[in-house]
Order: sequence, then structure tokens, then C-alpha cells
Amino acid sequence: MMKGGWFRVYTLGYLIFLYAPIVLLPIFAFNDAAVIAFPLAGFTTKWFTQLFDEPALRGALANSLIIAVSASVLSTTLGIFASRATTRYKFPFKGGIMGMIMLPLVLPEIILAVALLVVLLGIGVPLSLFTVILGHVLVCTPFSIAILSAAFQALDGSLEEAAYDLGETPISTFRLIILPLVMPGIISSLLITFTISLDEFIMAFFLAGTEATLPVYIFSQFRFPQAVPVIMALGTLLVLSSILLLSIAEYFRRRGIAKTGGKDTGGFL
Amino acid sequence: MTKSAGASRFRGSEAANGLAMISPTATFALLLLAAPLATIFIYSFMTDGYLEIIRDFTFANYVEAWTKELYRVIMLRSLGVSLAVTAATVLLAFPVAYFVSFHVDASRKSLWLFLITIPFWTSYLIRVFLWKVILGYNGVVNSGLLGIGLIDEPLTFILYNVNSVVITLAHAYAPFAILPIFVALEKIDRSFLEAGRDLGESPFMTFLRVTLPLAMPGVISAVLIVFIPTVGDYVTPQLVGGPEGQMVANLIQLQYLKLDNYPMGSALAVTAMGIVTAFSLLFLFLNRRYLKGAK
Repeated sequence: MMKGGWFRVYTLGYLIFLYAPIVLLPIFAFNDAAVIAFPLAGFTTKWFTQLFDEPALRGALANSLIIAVSASVLSTTLGIFASRATTRYKFPFKGGIMGMIMLPLVLPEIILAVALLVVLLGIGVPLSLFTVILGHVLVCTPFSIAILSAAFQALDGSLEEAAYDLGETPISTFRLIILPLVMPGIISSLLITFTISLDEFIMAFFLAGTEATLPVYIFSQFRFPQAVPVIMALGTLLVLSSILLLSIAEYFRRRGIAKTGGKDTGGFL
Repeated sequence: MTKSAGASRFRGSEAANGLAMISPTATFALLLLAAPLATIFIYSFMTDGYLEIIRDFTFANYVEAWTKELYRVIMLRSLGVSLAVTAATVLLAFPVAYFVSFHVDASRKSLWLFLITIPFWTSYLIRVFLWKVILGYNGVVNSGLLGIGLIDEPLTFILYNVNSVVITLAHAYAPFAILPIFVALEKIDRSFLEAGRDLGESPFMTFLRVTLPLAMPGVISAVLIVFIPTVGDYVTPQLVGGPEGQMVANLIQLQYLKLDNYPMGSALAVTAMGIVTAFSLLFLFLNRRYLKGAK
């Protein structure tokens, strides 16, 4: 008997439930039928070729990439400040301030989206890719802090003191000692926030105005049954690329923990 | 003299450094989170005019939100769906977290957690859409059941209603429930369990009297982290809910983007958040004894 017995069987069953939709994706992406249903009709790659000559899709992909790169860099930068502050210093209202910053993690996104929409329109900011970036930074920053806090937490404080004793300034200490040690965490945060932004729908739906991002484009295509097989092909490529990005992120997260000598508690959250 | 000395002492102090360090992130959250939330709260007490918002204080939106039949039905449905999803997700997730924490070698735990979280990070919209394919008239479930002869005609009660919304959301929020429970289980000192066994408790009683109470902080965070966002989910009811599966987020979207009635939309959003907060606080209060010891 394997270790865990029935728990192992149950967990494997649960994993099948978790992966069921993702497993179906490539099946229908290569299925030679315009209707997404069983029985399957035969093998084709035509949905992938159709994917590449779809100008609206190319525009949406470009928009999504611009937004995801900007949002990941900005939210990771904000995440570095917050994680450094919360792991290194004691300061008044720490709990309250951190609670406010982490709030988007639990608040329904639609509430955040309408609140931002009302304020941006109220002060006369036109909806554009820029407003989507603002919304995505808001959503991504708590995830960045969750990852980076673990990286900063694992830092040995005596390394910093040693640098001061050897005559380094706070800024050079940060650049020469702290930054290299938390760098794997930073890379992991950049990749995760990039993945979140690329997949985020509600904020983009409310704040993008006339510009479509990739999820907004996908959502609009669901209204046309004949467009769905192409979306399945697109989904297959998206799933593959996010698994790749996440595996790289996981590699850096683990390397970061090993580098600082910490214990791996697993997971991003 | 003393004042400037105090000020300079503050400037170099730990508190000042910490506040300075957090200020960029805190300012961003203040401007783009706290201020907007305060704004919709204020909007909810105003009235929608033809082209502009009428800035008179009124409770009219709340009266409508609480008394209009349609709104009440959808609000209660959202709450019911959310409670069902939370119960299903947390109960189904607990054994998974327990397995990974207690029965997997320490070196392979990360791999298991990684496997569990991967589906969560991949295209949310397409995942929800695929549940339509799984649960639909010609879907996976119906073809399968027809194929093995369990049913004679496709089941129709599993798509475009509350059931499909609950199933899809329970799938989407699974990792949110597993991870906090796992973290709480990991913190349990394994010698407590041995002590329980040494004192003559059965494995089941040890679980009930030692493991479960110590895991409760994780269960409580899992409940809150699933319950609060699911109330406001827009995509799932929109795609798999059908007309009888619509939830409060669809109502809010309708008010904001289709009817352009910001005050009414704000009142509905504030009402939904108020109900969720009240339920969460009640839940925390009922479980206060588990949280007292936890730091």
C-alpha cells in the first residue's frame, strides 16, 4: 500500500476534477468540427492557422502584452517597497496600512472595477490601456507582496549589519547585499503578476474603453458559436505559455529560498 | 529646540523609515482603492438624473435595493450560491490539504502544491466556458452517462442554472481553500499527535480533538477567502448561469454599463458588501475560540 492510502486516491480524483477543463482544451482545439461537443469528428490544425490571420486578435494580444509588462513591473516595484517595509521595520498603523494594500486579494473584483471606473470618469481620465494598467497594478500588488515578503523574510539581518560595519551606506547595502539575495523572488513576482495581468478580465472589461485586451476579445467571441474552436486553439497556446511562465517562476522562487537558507513552505500564497 | 530634536529623532527612527518605505505603495492604494471605495459609498446616497448625478442625500436607492422583488431574489441567490460554494470547496479541499501535509514527503510537497495551483493560473474565462462543454446537453457528463446506459436522455438540470454556477465556482476557487488549510496543518507540531495517541486516543479522536482545532485558523481563512469574492463573481453566472443563475455582479454590471445608473449600481454594490461583511464577522465571532490562541 502506498503512503496515504485513501487520501492519495481522493487527492488524485480531486486533481482529475481540477484538470478536467484544461484537458478538454487541446481535444477541441484539434477537433475537426465547428461545434464544441462529443462525439469528436477527426484531427485538424486549421483552427490554429485561422488563429494567426485574425487581425483583431493580434491587436488584443499586443494590448495585453503592453498592459501585462507595465503592470508586472509597476506592481513588483510597489511590492518591493511594501515587503521591505513590513519585514524590516516596525511602524505605526502597520496592520491597517497592510490590510488596505492587501484588500484587493479578497474584495470581489467587480467592486474594485466599478469604484475605479466611477472615480476615473469623475476626474475626467479617458478610458484607455493606461486605466487598465492602473487597475491591474491594484490587483497584482497583493500577490507580489505575498511572494516578496517570503523572500525578504528569509533574509539574514546580520548580513546587512555586517555590510554597515564594513562601511557601506544603506543604499549600497541594498544594491550589493539585499537585492541579489531577493532577486529570485523579484523574478518570480514579475512572472506571476505578468500571468495574472494577462488573464485578468473584469478590470479590462470595465476600464479598457474601446481597446480590447486578450480576455475581453475572448469574451466577445463566446457570443459567436462559429468562433469558439479558434478560441479553443488560442486557449491551448495560452495554457501552455502560462505553465511555462509559472514553472520558471517556481524555479526562481525555490532557488531564492535555497539561496537565503530558508525552509521551503511551498506555494505562492 | 526640543521640538526639532524630537523631529530629527523621528526622522532617523525605525517608525519613520518604515513609513517612508511603505509610502509609495500605501499612497497608491489610498488613491486607487480607498478613495474609489469611499466614492461609490457616497454615490449610493445620490440620485441618477438624466445626464448628471443629482447630489442630494437620499436613501431611495437602498429602499429600492432592499424592497424590489427582483433585487431581493438575486441578492439572496448570490448569498446562497456563495455559501454553497464555500461549504463544498472547503469540505472537498480539506482532505487534499491533509494528504499533502501529512502523507507526502517533505521534498515533494512543493511539487504537489504546484500541481494543485496550476489550473488556477490558466485562462479563467476559457476554464469557465469549458464547464459549459462538460455540463451541456451534448457535453462530457451527458455523453458519458448516456454511453454507459445510466440515463436515457441528457440531463438538463446541470447547465444554465444555480447548480452549474456552484460547480464552476467550486472548481475556480479550489486552490484558495487548499493553500490556507495546508499552511495551518504544516504548523501543527507533530509531537502533539503522538502525545494524543500515547494518552490512548484513537486516531479519529486525535484528529477531532487535536488536529482539527489546530487547523481551524486555516479553515477560517479558507472560508473567508472563498466566500467574499464568490458573491461578486461576474463571469461564471454570465456564462453558465442562464437567466435563473444570474447573481449580484451581473446586476451591478447592468446598472453601470447598460443603464448608466451609477447611484443604483453603487447602492447594490455597497449592500452586497455589507451583507458579506456581516456574514464574515458573524462567522469569525462563532469561531472566536479557535482564533484566540493563534498568533
